[in-house]
Amino acid sequence: MNEEVGLQPYLMLGALLFVCGVVCMATKRNAIGVLIGVELVLNGANINLVAFARFNPVFEIEGMVFSLMVIVLAAGEAAVALAIVLNFYNNHMTVDVDTAEELKG
Amino acid sequence: MESFLFYVIAGVTGLCAIATVVTHNIVRAATWLLFTLTGTSAIFFLLGADLVGATQLLVYVGGTLVLVVFGVMLTAQGPFISMKTSSAEWAISATVGLVLLVVLVLGVMSLPQSGLRRPPSPDTADTDLVDKAMQTTNLNNNDAATAPYSAVIGEGFLGVPVGPPHIERPDGAPRVVRASYLLPFEIVSVHLLVVLIGAAYLARAKRRRGASS
Repeated sequence: MNEEVGLQPYLMLGALLFVCGVVCMATKRNAIGVLIGVELVLNGANINLVAFARFNPVFEIEGMVFSLMVIVLAAGEAAVALAIVLNFYNNHMTVDVDTAEELKG
Repeated sequence: MESFLFYVIAGVTGLCAIATVVTHNIVRAATWLLFTLTGTSAIFFLLGADLVGATQLLVYVGGTLVLVVFGVMLTAQGPFISMKTSSAEWAISATVGLVLLVVLVLGVMSLPQSGLRRPPSPDTADTDLVDKAMQTTNLNNNDAATAPYSAVIGEGFLGVPVGPPHIERPDGAPRVVRASYLLPFEIVSVHLLVVLIGAAYLARAKRRRGASS
């Protein structure tokens, strides 16, 4: 129980979060559910970045700097996406993404 | 101890992520997302990235999740709280997700233990210079718990060159230079300003189109 965890378990956790986010984006019909899926994907990518920062000296600072950028930009993305969802809800009285089909050819 | 902690936290985080996906109730999905984000920040602390973990707690758990919960509260009316997905869609999505997971895990398994090396320089003298520069930094110690990451990252955002060393030849002689992160910092700040204005414009209260009567 005392040996150090290597890089690979962290990357596998990141992959699991990524896949959960992708499936969440694909299956949820609620627009906010899709947004939750995006957050999961970004978290999986962040775990990868920080794990590489820990285990590879070349990325020691860069991985953390990039993950900080991802966190801050994800906050901005969530704000804009929620504004769009609220606007959509005001116009259509629903948050079902399947009903957003005005642009369908 | 580290491996025990890792497997406990990773198991909880992964299970919460799966629960986020499989639940139909949007309020429950937001709650499971809260636990997933907290578990992720615990993973960051475990990796020695205390600044990233604290930022994750402050910005993600404290900010983004509150936004999501507000969105849920503002739009959760009767039928939208729990919207069922057809089982055919579920089957397709789960199959694609499992295939993607297998591909990713196989890719991770084929990776060397410390990740990818930097590409070898054609000139061995360059490689030696970079190696020497890597050793002179006081950050390159093996004890991640004592490395002053927060201070170094803050200096990098202020324009102090703290990045990984690489070789440049402005006038023939090779010189070791390091990157600073002032420009990304500025870009992110302008981006946040644009997001602020855009979100305020998009979400402002206005009368619904065609609802004049």
